[in-house]
Amino acid sequence: MAVAQTKQSATEARLASLVAHEGGGWISSGRQAALERVRMMGLPDRRDEYWKYTRPDTLVQAEAPKAALFETTDPRVFDGIDRLKIVFTDGVFDADASDDLSLEGLNIERLADIAGKDIHWAKDLYGVLETNGQTPVERPLAALNTAFATDGVVIHVTGQVSKPVSLIYNHRSEVSDAMLHHLVKVDAGAKVTILENGPAAARFNKVMEVEIADGAEFHHVRAQGRDHERRAITHIFTRLGVESVFKSFTLTANGMMTRNECVIELTGDDAVAHVAGAAVGDGDFHHDDTVFITHDAVNCESRQVFKKVLRNGATGVFQGKILVKPDAQKTDGYQISQSLLLDEDSQFLAKPELEIYADDVACSHGSTSGAIDEEALFYLRARGVPKNIATDLLTLAFLAEAVLEIEDEALAEEISSRLEGWLVRHNG
Amino acid sequence: MLEIKDLKVKLEDEDKQILKGVNLTVEAGKVHAIMGPNGSGKSTLSYVLSGRDGYEVTDGSATLEGEDLLDMDPEERAALGMFLAFQYPVEIPGVGNMTFLRTAVNAQRKARGEDEMSASDFLKEIRAKAKTLKIDADMLKRPVNVGFSGGEKKRNEILQMAMLEPKMCILDETDSGLDVDAMKLVAEGVNALRSEGRGFLVITHYQRLLDHIKPDVVHIMANGRIVKTGGPELALEVENNGYADILAEVA
Repeated sequence: MAVAQTKQSATEARLASLVAHEGGGWISSGRQAALERVRMMGLPDRRDEYWKYTRPDTLVQAEAPKAALFETTDPRVFDGIDRLKIVFTDGVFDADASDDLSLEGLNIERLADIAGKDIHWAKDLYGVLETNGQTPVERPLAALNTAFATDGVVIHVTGQVSKPVSLIYNHRSEVSDAMLHHLVKVDAGAKVTILENGPAAARFNKVMEVEIADGAEFHHVRAQGRDHERRAITHIFTRLGVESVFKSFTLTANGMMTRNECVIELTGDDAVAHVAGAAVGDGDFHHDDTVFITHDAVNCESRQVFKKVLRNGATGVFQGKILVKPDAQKTDGYQISQSLLLDEDSQFLAKPELEIYADDVACSHGSTSGAIDEEALFYLRARGVPKNIATDLLTLAFLAEAVLEIEDEALAEEISSRLEGWLVRHNG
Repeated sequence: MLEIKDLKVKLEDEDKQILKGVNLTVEAGKVHAIMGPNGSGKSTLSYVLSGRDGYEVTDGSATLEGEDLLDMDPEERAALGMFLAFQYPVEIPGVGNMTFLRTAVNAQRKARGEDEMSASDFLKEIRAKAKTLKIDADMLKRPVNVGFSGGEKKRNEILQMAMLEPKMCILDETDSGLDVDAMKLVAEGVNALRSEGRGFLVITHYQRLLDHIKPDVVHIMANGRIVKTGGPELALEVENNGYADILAEVA
């Protein structure tokens, strides 16, 4: 079907605002193909079913909407964690603020440094998982990223790594419009943890493609920061081999527009994929978790645990789908999305979906939204705990189920304390 | 200690009068028991005194050591020394029992302008008190009341009472759902807390709890009022003859 005229002109307007990269190298053909995908699909507009609950306007429009900078001297998340730091400011690699990029067990390169080479292993991954992820549901903003992103990290994990690789995104310009494209290839039996934090830019479009080989493990903990006016569309595309593990957790606090898409393909038997998130928002906060998990192998396990705390008219969205292909017997799929609405102005929109073609599977899903448990609140108050502290305790307890999905205790503790800090600041 | 005068209470959402003029004074150091048939207003009285939503006081007063309780938030009443042992203790997933109790103890201390209890002092004290109630370390670590048996929940209530050291303790059908051994354990816990400066109001259907927690005064409540007051022998009378005789007598 041809792209509607209005969509086509909106797409062309956006493309005109971007600079096409010349210069050849292995990446050229991938970029060119991605640009063709964008033109074929057209960028999303509000008539798209997949964007029913989240208006894509500000993510698509030619210029990034201005976003005020958030000034704070508070320590940043993960500050206390021993890690290898890689810093991007408004989407530009910041060598001075970054650590030396060498670490045993992996090899880190910048996309900008390798893009001009004739041959690189990244060619087999760049845009490949993104392309796979375009069916059965189109994700044009990811293709846009593949076509135009100039930087990002390209990580090849070959063994055991002693500390997490931490991607830190600074936001210093009120009008920055940044794109980053990361590649992570985890070899058989290797294991890595990637951290991400920071608001990145006024508008941020990020894609991370993760190839996880047999018996490999990829752990990911992300904190989307406190700047409120920022807008972000992020995609993770991952493909899992036999007995491999993918675990991703995202904390989102504030943000006028955040959509995190996670597209997971379980292609090796006995693989495990967990994706979880805790989001807390106040006022004109809009947060969307969109997950698509395809089971295409035997005896795999997938788990989605998403919790949102919404107040003062905030909006939360969850679209989560589990697709079980005919041969994916013994699939174990679990999905829960819940929101705690702290007032009547806030809303949670959920669209849980299961599509199952195998007959020997166990899949369950649940979605709830509700207010603070009045019985529990009274019980705490009757023991002398003031109402605001009691509310925080119950709210944290609600979020804890998602935070528990983080395997590493120190990281879980760090996330928990950030959530607590947010609640204390936004109390009353 | 606790003084209730002509207390009249209706449901907030319905035009239904539950308490129709309750008069009751519990002196420091004394144990009062309230017995009465279902629907007489016993539990409502305990909820109104502890500050639960959903009730409207239409007349009368309730004071603790001269301070007006009815205008206070539940947490203010608790800090003043009011404690309700719940008939159905609430399960709170995700909040550790220990965290909960420490938060409560320190919130009350703070409200009274006292220093917070240090982590090590708190640990020492809770371990000792838990031991006498046969509450093990695992129960202390688990989320509040989650997965606790009926008996464990009630023992946990008594542990909270022991840690918070309130002035006025209301026990709302603490014997319900308990077997004989569990009831003994709970009663021992309560008896250990009996002291000169502390008042108790024990709400129960049955005499058997009062075999273990010996009351000084027994009240019979019916239809939103206290209809008869006497000594421990009144409880025995109820046990032997039921409420019918007493109600007929006062009617």
